[in-house]
Amino acid sequence: MQALYAQLLVGLINGSFYALLSLGLAVIFGMLNIINFAHGALYMMGAFVAYFLLSLGGINYWWALLIAPVIVGIFGMILERTMLQWLTGLDHLYGLLLTFGIALIVQGVFQNYFGSSGLPYAIPDQLKGGMNLGFMFLPIYRGWVVIFSLVVCIATWFLIEKTRLGAYLRAATENPTLVRAFGINVPRMITLTYGLGVGLAALAGVLSAPINQVRPLMGADLIIVVFAVVVIGGMGSIMGSIITGFALGVIEGLTKYFYPEASNTVVFVLMVLVLLVKPTGLTGRAA
Amino acid sequence: MTALTDDTLPVTPRAIRDEMIVFVMMALLLAAVPFSGIYPFFVMQALCFALLACAFNLLIGYGGLLSFGHAMFLGTAGYCSAHALKVWALPPELGILVGIVAAFGLSLITGYISIRRQGIYFSMITLALSQLLYFIYLQAPFTHGEDGIQGIPQGRMFGVFDLSKPTVLYYVVLVGFLAGFLLIYRIINSPFGEVLKAIRENEPRAISLGYRTDQYKFLAFVLSGTLAGFAGSLKVFVAQNASLTDVHWSMSGEVVLMTLVGGLGTIFGPVVGAFAIIAMQQYLAGFGQWVTVIQGSIFVVCVLTFRRGVIGEIAHYFRRSL
Repeated sequence: MQALYAQLLVGLINGSFYALLSLGLAVIFGMLNIINFAHGALYMMGAFVAYFLLSLGGINYWWALLIAPVIVGIFGMILERTMLQWLTGLDHLYGLLLTFGIALIVQGVFQNYFGSSGLPYAIPDQLKGGMNLGFMFLPIYRGWVVIFSLVVCIATWFLIEKTRLGAYLRAATENPTLVRAFGINVPRMITLTYGLGVGLAALAGVLSAPINQVRPLMGADLIIVVFAVVVIGGMGSIMGSIITGFALGVIEGLTKYFYPEASNTVVFVLMVLVLLVKPTGLTGRAA
Repeated sequence: MTALTDDTLPVTPRAIRDEMIVFVMMALLLAAVPFSGIYPFFVMQALCFALLACAFNLLIGYGGLLSFGHAMFLGTAGYCSAHALKVWALPPELGILVGIVAAFGLSLITGYISIRRQGIYFSMITLALSQLLYFIYLQAPFTHGEDGIQGIPQGRMFGVFDLSKPTVLYYVVLVGFLAGFLLIYRIINSPFGEVLKAIRENEPRAISLGYRTDQYKFLAFVLSGTLAGFAGSLKVFVAQNASLTDVHWSMSGEVVLMTLVGGLGTIFGPVVGAFAIIAMQQYLAGFGQWVTVIQGSIFVVCVLTFRRGVIGEIAHYFRRSL
């Protein structure tokens, strides 16, 4: 039973990353009509920024949790201003191709300097050790990742669904021209949205740095799984992305326990099943 | 859906004559390669990728569907051909057939699944499916995991052509490429191809005219996947191995890049793109991961400033379809 709970916890952690990443993808897709292929690379950048902050500047994990998403978010906003904005009005697939190119560049540069091996990032002192919950041993850091991600996801949901800024955002998604007519600077909102989505990816990267090592390709394979998550959940609803992300992580964890050979593929197999049964995805609207 | 190519020209006798002239020139040029002193291995490799890119282009350039998983057909056909040649000791022509049949079967299944979603979802689904296959091949015993299938015997084609001789192999690959290319050209200019272009330009209107667009797209997918498999089978004879690189997503990305550089929806663009990218990899092999950075930069530059690609720009300048 211990092993089962341990795998469930790993599943929840992976689920947190799926949720944070697919949430960012959904938010970006809503505003920019772009599937951000660079999401995995920016997740990796988040982890690297945290690593640099600690090793070069001596800035600890807690500050990294704040600073890394801001730095990567600014980087993302520069990308949006200099490149992505020129794709407005073109076919969706050009956005995919452009961000794929950006992902190759970012990952290639990091691979040149850091190879493919991982760099260690220590768990902060306050979160070291573990708790005995009676039925299992819980490493505190892992519990923290799950809870913190959940809080961030819900905060993002609240920001978009319940605040005035979120209302502008949703309105601009529906009809940007009309929203501009009300005097709202939609291009700036688009830039900020991209920064927000990218920042979420970087945050996931910082969270994962102490668990998975910091590697240039840490986001490359992850992003493909997240794509499958997005296909399963659909990008129509924020809450849908969060729930699907966590649920698929848990299912993956269970698979690791019951049938480890399929743990790499289970998300993709589920995607196939969902497509066969309900082609629009679980929460998605008809495309 | 905005059109991928902003200048769709009608198929006129003159256009067909132009295209045939360019085709004959290309065929003669390629046929002369063994006499030129150019390393034939490089050209053979480029020809395999050119065929793959042409097959991919059939789907995106004429069907408007961006597949991000075409490596799965290349790799699947490669593995199956390699297995048939090495373990079952089949002659080359049957080995190729096994690979093509495998790619055909795979494209039936993956097409049935992925064609259910449109646009950007289609790309993500094909990418996810190819990643699924990647993991299956990583674990399946017959692929030998990380090692791949190596030392594949080349044998004698139809009992006559000794494929272990580079020149003979070169002409067999060239004939295979030209046959595949002509088949794609024929498909594009058939009534089926015209309907496909109509769907790409305006799907709702095609539906209102009574076309079952899903069936057309499915057929285009199967044709494209099967032809990509043919490229994979040919590649086995050139490289004499089948490995995980051929199924990896980065390979799918390279195919997209080749077609983009040459020109989406142009007839000769994918060939030019494939030669350009393979040549670049050849000359920059010593630069390690910078090749990835350069490829990424080409993607960015192409998408931002050069969406028609090399051949597309030329065709646009001369107002011809090429």
